[in-house]
Amino acid sequence: MNLSFSILSWVTFTPVLGVLVLLFLPKDRRNLLRWVAVLTSMVAFGLSLVMLAQFDQTNASLQMVERLPWFQLAGMQIEYFLGVDGLSVLLVLLTTFLTPISIISTWSAVEERVKEFLIFFLLLEVGMVGVFLSQDIFLFYIFWEFTLVPMYFLIGIWGGPRRVYAAIKFFLYTMAGSILMLLAILWLGITFESFSVPDLIAQGGIPGSVQTWLFLAFAAAFAIKVPMWPLHSWLPDAHVEAPTAGSVILAGVLLKMGTYGFLRFNLPLFPEASIRFAPWMALLAVIGIIYGAAVAYAQKDVKMLVAYSSVSHLGFVVLGLFALNPLGIQGGILQMINHGLSTGALFLIVGMIYERRHTREMDDFGGLWKVMPIYGALTLIVTLSSMGLPGLNGFVGEFSILLGAFGSEAIGSPIYAGIAAAGVIMAAIYMLYMFQKLFLGPLDKDENKVVKDINLREILTLVPLVVFIFWIGLYPKPFFNLIGPSVDKLVALLQAASVAVH
Amino acid sequence: MDWQDFLSVLPFIIVAGWATILLLVDLWIPANRKGITAGLAVLGLIAAIAAVISRFGIEREAFDGMIIVDGFSSFLQLLFLGVGLIAIAQAYDYLRRRDIERGEYYILLLYSLSGMLLMASAGDLIVVFLAVELLSIPLYVLAAFAIPQADSEESALKYFLLGAFASGFLVYGIALVYGSTGTTALSGMVAAIASAETTPVLLFIGSGMILVGLGFKVAAVPFHMWTPDVYQGAPTSVTSFMSVGAKAGGFAALLRIFISALPGAAVMWMPLTMWIAALTMAWGNIAAISQTNIKRMLAYSSIAHAGYIFMALPAAATPEVAPEAVRAALFYLVTYAITNLGAWGVVLAMEKAEGSGLTIEDYSGLGKKRPALALAMALFMLSLTGVPPTVGFMGKFYLFRAVIDANLIWLALVGVVTSLISAYYYLRVIVVMYMRDGEPEVRSEALLNSTIILTAFGTFFFGILPGLLIKMINQVGLLDLLR
Repeated sequence: MNLSFSILSWVTFTPVLGVLVLLFLPKDRRNLLRWVAVLTSMVAFGLSLVMLAQFDQTNASLQMVERLPWFQLAGMQIEYFLGVDGLSVLLVLLTTFLTPISIISTWSAVEERVKEFLIFFLLLEVGMVGVFLSQDIFLFYIFWEFTLVPMYFLIGIWGGPRRVYAAIKFFLYTMAGSILMLLAILWLGITFESFSVPDLIAQGGIPGSVQTWLFLAFAAAFAIKVPMWPLHSWLPDAHVEAPTAGSVILAGVLLKMGTYGFLRFNLPLFPEASIRFAPWMALLAVIGIIYGAAVAYAQKDVKMLVAYSSVSHLGFVVLGLFALNPLGIQGGILQMINHGLSTGALFLIVGMIYERRHTREMDDFGGLWKVMPIYGALTLIVTLSSMGLPGLNGFVGEFSILLGAFGSEAIGSPIYAGIAAAGVIMAAIYMLYMFQKLFLGPLDKDENKVVKDINLREILTLVPLVVFIFWIGLYPKPFFNLIGPSVDKLVALLQAASVAVH
Repeated sequence: MDWQDFLSVLPFIIVAGWATILLLVDLWIPANRKGITAGLAVLGLIAAIAAVISRFGIEREAFDGMIIVDGFSSFLQLLFLGVGLIAIAQAYDYLRRRDIERGEYYILLLYSLSGMLLMASAGDLIVVFLAVELLSIPLYVLAAFAIPQADSEESALKYFLLGAFASGFLVYGIALVYGSTGTTALSGMVAAIASAETTPVLLFIGSGMILVGLGFKVAAVPFHMWTPDVYQGAPTSVTSFMSVGAKAGGFAALLRIFISALPGAAVMWMPLTMWIAALTMAWGNIAAISQTNIKRMLAYSSIAHAGYIFMALPAAATPEVAPEAVRAALFYLVTYAITNLGAWGVVLAMEKAEGSGLTIEDYSGLGKKRPALALAMALFMLSLTGVPPTVGFMGKFYLFRAVIDANLIWLALVGVVTSLISAYYYLRVIVVMYMRDGEPEVRSEALLNSTIILTAFGTFFFGILPGLLIKMINQVGLLDLLR
C-alpha cells in the first residue's frame, strides 16, 4: 500500500484544503476569502482536467481506481473505494466546473458571513464529487447524506424570506428517501458481505422478488432527489429560497445525484427489477415532463418558472435512462450535463437581475433588451438552449432521449416518447414567454430604465457556460465518446437480465 | 475466597473506598476551596482506570461467580470512569456559578460510579440489585443538590419515589426468578433453564419484572414518565451525568442478564423487548418535537436513544446475531455517551447563574456570537440525528445492521423513520442558533470548554475512523457464561 493519494482523492478533497485555509483567515477580509475559495475550486477543476487527460475513453470499466480498506464492521468490509468511468466522468467535471463559477457569482451577492458561506460551499463540493466517485455503497451513502448538511446551511442562512422552512423541508424530504436506501444498503451488505458496487454487480444473483424491494428502496432516495413527480414539492421551495449560487449548484449538480443514482445502482444492481419497472418509471417521467412544463408556464416569478422547468427537464433524463438502450442512456447522461449548464446559467441570469431590481416578478420587467443588450443576448442563447433548439446542447440530449424511448423494448410503447415530445414544444412556449416578458415590449417602468448592463465579472461567469452550450450543440461527438463504452457495458448487462425476465 | 477475588473488584474498591476516605478528608477542606476535593476525586478515578487497564483482556469469575471479570465488564468500566471524569470537569465551575458548591457532590458522584462499576461485573442477581441501589441512591441525593430550590427538590422526590417503586419490581422479579430456577447466579440460571428444571410461568413473570425495574433505570417507554421532570429539575451537571451513566448502567445489567443468562428464555422476552424498543423510539422522538425547554427536549431525546439501544435485545434473541448485537449496543453506548455529554456541556455553558437560559429560543444568535460553541452543538445535534460523518451515524448503522441481520426489518424501519422524526427537533436547535438573531449570554469556563472540545472531537473523529473503536469492541466477549 503506498501512501500517495491518487488523482481522484485529490479531486475530491482539495476543497478541504481550502476550508482549512479559510478557517484561519480573518472574517472581515472578504475579498481575500473569496479569492482563496475561487482559487481552491479552480485548482480542483484543474485536477479534474488532469483526471480527464488520464481517462481512457476506450475502456468501459472503472479507471484510476483507489481502493483501501477503511474499517471492518461485523464481518463486513467497508472500503475507501474511488473510481471513475464513463457514467460519472462528465458529472465530476460538471461539478468542478460549476463550483468556481458559482463562487464568482456570489462576489457581490453574498455580503454577510462570507467566511462561513464559502466554507459550506467548498464542503458541498467535497460531498458532490465524493458521490460521483464512490464505488463502495457505504462510502457513497456517507457522501450522499453529507451533502445535505452544507446545503441546509446555505439555504437556511443565506436564503430568501422563507428560508428556514425551505431548508428544513429540503433536509427532511431528502432524508426520508435516503433512510429507506440505508436499510437496503444494509441488507446488501449483510447478504453479500461486501459494499463494493463492482463486486456486487459481478456476484449478481439477487432473486427477482427481492430485487423489487431493493429497487424501490433505492428509488425512493433517488426519485426524491431528482425529483420525480409526485415527490417534487420540496424543489420549488428550496430553489426559490436558496441564494443564487445555491440554486445553481442545487439544479446543476445535486439533482443529478438522483439520476446518477439510478444509473449507477438501480440499473446494474437490480437489472430485472429495472426492466419490470421501466414502463412505470417512464410513465412518472412523462407525467413529470408535462406537469413541470404546465406549472412552469403558470408562474409569475422567474425563479419559480426555472425551478419547475427543472422538474420537466429531469423527466427527460429519467425517461432516457429507463429506455434501457444505448441511445436513451447516452442521451440521458448528456442531458444531465446539458441541464446543469443551461439551468445553472438560467439561475445565474435570474440572480443578476434580482441583485439589480430585488424582484423576480415577470410583470415588473419588460423591454430590458434596450438597456441591457449583452445580458439580453446571453439570456437568449441560454433560453434557446434550454428549450432544445437544434444547434445548441439541449437539442442533442433531448433528441437522443426521444429516439431511445421511442424504440425502447423495456418501455414497450412509443406513446411515452410521443407525449414527451409535446413537452419539448411546451418548453418552447414557457421559455419564450419568459423571454418576451423580460426583454421585449416597451421599456415602460422607470426603475428598469436605469438598470446597468452586466459587468465583466458577470459576463465571465456566463461565457464559459455558453461556450459549452455551443460546443455540445454543434459537435457532441467527444462527449458521446467519453460516455459510450461504459453505457454499452451497462446495456449488455441489462440485456442479459432481459433474457432472464422474458 | 482469596486475594485474586479482591483484585477482581479492585476498580470498585478503589472508587468506593476513595469516596469514603474523601468523605473524611473533605471535612478539613475549607468551603471556598472545594476544587481540591474535585481534584482528589479525579485522582481516584485515574487510579481506577489504571486498575481496569492493567487487567484488560483477563477473564475470570470471582466470589463464587458473584463477580464476572471479562471484556464486557472492563470495557463498560472504562466507559463509566471516562464519563465520571467528564462529569467532574463539567460540575466544577457550574456548582460555583449556581452557588451550590459542596464537597459531597464529588463524593456522591464517586459512590454512584462505584455502583456502575459493580453493575458491569455483576454475575449474580443479588449483586445486580446491590449495584442498582448503589448507583441510584447517590443520584437521588444529587438530584436534590440545588436544595432549597423547589425544582430540584421536586425532581429528587419524583426520582426517589418512582425509583424505589422500580427497585421493588426488580427485587420481586429476582425473587420469582429464584423461585423458578432455584438460583440467583447467572451461570446457574443458564444451566437450570437448559436442563428444563424450571417453572416457566414464574420465570416469565420474574424476568418481566426485572425488565420493568431496569427499564425504569434506562428510561424506556412505558417506564419513562419520570425522565423529563427529573432531568429538568435536577442541576444540569447531575442531569448530564445521569443521562449517560445511569442509562449505561441499566443497559449493562439488561444485556448481561437477558443475553447471557436468559437466552434459553428468549421466546418470552423477545417480543416484550421488541415492543418496548419500538414504543420507546416512537414516543421519545414524537414527544420531543413539542418541547421548548432544552433540558426537556434532551430528556425525551435520551428516552428515544434508550429505544435504539433496546433494539439490541430482540436482535440478540437470535443466537447467531447475539455477539454482534451486544457489540453494536456497546458501540452505541459510547456514541451516545460522547455526543450526549457534549450536548449537555453546551447546555451548561448556556445556563445562567439563576438557572434560566434553558429554552431553545435562548440559543438565538449563538452561531454569530460563539461560532465554535455553535459548531460543536450543531455537530452533536447531527450526531444525535445520525447524519454522517458523525459517530452517531456509525452507531445507528451498527445497530440497524444487527437488527436486520436478525431479520427484524420492521423494527429497523421503525428505527429509521423515528430518526427522521428526530431530525426535525434536532435541526430546530441548529435553526435557532444560526438562522435567528439574538444576543445570547454565554459562559466560557476552561474545564467545561475542554469537555466540549474533547467530545466534539470524538464525535467527528470516530465518525471518520470508527475502526479504532470497533477493533477494541471486537475483543470484548460477553457470552462467557455460555462456555
